[in-house]
This record gives sequence, C-alpha cells and structure tokens, in this order.
Amino acid sequence: MGEPIQSETLKTEPVKIAPVKTALHDLHVELGGRVVDFAGYALPVQFAGIVAEHNHTRTSASLFDVSHMGQLTVTGPNFETTVAALETLIPADLASLKPGEMRYSVLLNDGGTIEDDLIVTRPAIGQADDGVINIVINAGRKTHDLAVFQKQLGAQLQFVLADNLALLALQGPKAATALARLCDAPHKLSFMQSAPATIAGVSTIVSRCGYTGEDGFEISVLNEHAEHIARLLLSEDEVLPAGLGARDSLRLESGLCLYGHDMDDTIDPISAGLLFSIGKQRRETGGFAGFEHVRAIREEGPTLKRVGLSFEGRMPVREGAEIVDENDAVIGSVTSGTFSPTLQHPISMAYVPRKLSKIGTQVTARVRGKPTIGVVTKMPFVPQTYKREPGL
Amino acid sequence: MSKLLFTQDHEYVRTGDGDAVVGISDYAQSQLGDIVFVELPTVGTKFEKGAEMAVVESVKAASEIYAPVSLIITAVNSELDGAPDLVNSAPLTEGWLVKATLVDDAALDTLMDEAAYQAHIA
Repeated sequence: MGEPIQSETLKTEPVKIAPVKTALHDLHVELGGRVVDFAGYALPVQFAGIVAEHNHTRTSASLFDVSHMGQLTVTGPNFETTVAALETLIPADLASLKPGEMRYSVLLNDGGTIEDDLIVTRPAIGQADDGVINIVINAGRKTHDLAVFQKQLGAQLQFVLADNLALLALQGPKAATALARLCDAPHKLSFMQSAPATIAGVSTIVSRCGYTGEDGFEISVLNEHAEHIARLLLSEDEVLPAGLGARDSLRLESGLCLYGHDMDDTIDPISAGLLFSIGKQRRETGGFAGFEHVRAIREEGPTLKRVGLSFEGRMPVREGAEIVDENDAVIGSVTSGTFSPTLQHPISMAYVPRKLSKIGTQVTARVRGKPTIGVVTKMPFVPQTYKREPGL
Repeated sequence: MSKLLFTQDHEYVRTGDGDAVVGISDYAQSQLGDIVFVELPTVGTKFEKGAEMAVVESVKAASEIYAPVSLIITAVNSELDGAPDLVNSAPLTEGWLVKATLVDDAALDTLMDEAAYQAHIA
C-alpha cells in the first residue's frame, strides 16, 4: 500500500481563534488598558498598574469589566418548581430566597465534586415571571455548565445564556457614593440583594455584590448601552478603571476562591472550605448530587483542607508550589499566591493535611527548590466590608 | 569609556571602569509591572551566558533573568531587598541587579547597542 495522498483541500492548519471582545473593548484600548486573552476573552490585565488599581479599589472605587462571566436565565413554570429542580444540582437553600435575594453556591456532580461556583439570584418583584431564576457562572465554565444543566434539567427548565449583556463591577468603599449620583440602588440594596435600576435612562439590573471583599455593585446592562454606562461611572471623581490583575490580588486578599485554581472538579466543597455553599439543613437532609460523598467527607473530615498561608519577606509563593514535611516529602500544594499590596507580605491559598490546618500552624513551602515558612492564617486576610444595611 | 549593551531578553550590561553592571531595561520593567521581590545570586557565583542568574517577581508572575555573557558575580544590589521597586523607577541606575567581572569580553560583540535595542523592541 502506498502513501496516502493528501488533497490540497483537506490540508488543515491550526486556526488561531481571536479572543472574544466584550462591549467595552474599544474603551479599554482608549484608556490604555493592556489587553490579554483570558479564557478566550480580550480583557485588560491592567491600566495604571496592578498595585495602583488594587489600592484604589480598597480606598476609593474601581470599575472592572466582567462581561466574560456567564449570565444564565433559568425559566420554569413557577418559583417553587424552578428552585426545586436547581436544588438537585446546587446544594444551597434556594427555596427560601426572597425576591431580589442572591446566594453564593456551587454546581455539584454525582461524585460530590465541584463543577463551578456561582451566584443564584431570585429576580426582584415585577422584574421577571415567577419561575425565572438568574445564575452568574464562570467564563471558562459557561459551555460546560450549560451542558450539565441541559442534560440534567433540560426536560423541566429552560436555560438561556445571554449573548447581549455586559457586566460591570464597581467596587470599593466609595462605590456606593459614586453610583448613588446615577441611581438610587445604593439606598435600596444591602449586600447580596439585586433590583432593576435606571441609570441615565438605561435599564439595568444592579446587584450589591462582588469579588473584592469591598462594598460594591455588579451592573448588568445590554451591550449597546454598556460603554455609555461605563463612561458615566468613570466620570465620577472616585472611579478609575481596573483590570484582571488587580481583580485577582483583591479576591485573594479576601479569601475568595478562583475556580480552576483553588477548587476544580476533583475537589468537594468540604475540602475546599465551602461548607457555607451548602444550606444549613441540607447538610443533613441532602437532596443534591453527590450528597452521600459530601456527607461522608464531612463525617470523616477531609484529608486535605484549603487554608490561607502568610509568609514573611517578600517572595510570593504561587500556584504549584509544593508543601513539604520535615523529610521533604510533598504533603500539599499551593493553589493561589501573590504579594499582598494591602498587607505588604506574600499570601497564598493551599491544600494542607487536615492535622496541619489549624490557624497558627507553620508549614513549609518550596519555591524554586528553596524552603520558605508559611503560617496558616484565618481568611479573609483583609477584612471584608460588606454593607449589611442599605445606604452609602 | 562606558558602554551600554542589551540582550534580546531585555537585560543590559554596562561596561567601563571597574566591574560590569547588569540589570533589566526600562522596557522590561514596564512589561513586568510593579516588582515586589528580586532574588539575587550569591557573590562569587559564575554563570555561563544564558544561564538563569536572578528572578524578578511582579504581583502577577516571576521572570527569570539570564546572564547576558559569561560572568562572575562580584556584588549584588542589596537595596532591592527593601525596595524592589527601584527596578521599576530606576532600572538603569539605582535599580541595577548585579555587578560582575566578565569571563570573555569578546562575547559583548554579540549584544545590541542602545539604537539596535530600541529598534528590537519597536
């Protein structure tokens, strides 16, 4: 048999797919943003600089473009039916959600491990039909999560991933003051509440939540109005643009997990330190995928636990660094790490053996072959300043 | 007479009276962003051209710094312990990384002068 003949038309070359631009892409470029490919999206990693943006978020207000996140609308015949179905995959107590209320949780599989973390919102009164629930999911898991939802619940519920919505995150102690000049949402919402708001004649949904540990708002708006709203917010004295670099250092200081790094589909919520993502009663009554596994791990205690680590000096201990014992055997690993601009020392998240997970325990990490001592630290590393009452 | 030469990887070597001075270029520090930590070699260590000699860490990532030519470290910039940001603010002056004696002066001929380097990064 001779060599197969390769037809010219069949020859393929790897296609480099350009990252997807959000509605704010041109604005990012205009503002001097350094645009990179993040999970297939063209997004700015920084503007003025990661440390400057980080500090500005903790003292004033920063505007982040988080339009890459998935905004999912779930529709069922009525609220009770929709949440009952979702609760088979999401272990939070969704049935008790009041209109406008939001809850952080996870999407679980039959093995009790985490497919994604997410925020579930029950629309405010009058915002949508009774059976509608909104869920925000991670950019890198959009397609995956949608397939899981369709497969498990597609017969009962309709799932639509928005392709025309931007998401802007305004975060910082002065975010409420800045936003209050444009709408009354800051006076109506407390932490983890959501409601429609009109900003300069444009319809938006404003949620008082975020990924920085500061007070802040996430604003969902049609793509065609996103740049206008962003420019309005940036014209407020308090507000400067910020990118993904600062978003990551901020969330790490706040002890918030990053899916795909601090947990993934090999990790259960107990080991990940996300017990609060499971409704209190549901920890006993279950009714969600993987409950038996989760219950068993909770009873026995996890083998490895996610903890915060603080280090002396200035050398960051990053994802992939190994945690070793006195014989230099690998006993755990670092999943996130940076130099904390607020605390001025390195901080990390790591999985360590349960017996070493008590606050104050010293553990040894290896960076470029050299040992460095970390101390197990309570998270958040930097206090969270969520507003539990409406107002500025 | 002082000469300033650059590598493709954005290190510089300044030669003249006394030991050579090695650091990273202004372009490199701006690409790296806020530098939070610098790991410097031990005085007396010899590095072949291209060997990993130091590490410069920004908030986001760690970057290896390579020996621009074969050299032996004679001094390291201890100011960078407490003020790694000197590399950002003064990369060609106070933000120098190491001083060294060069093993082979002729190797300098393979490096770029300032004009060629500016063209390289353009």
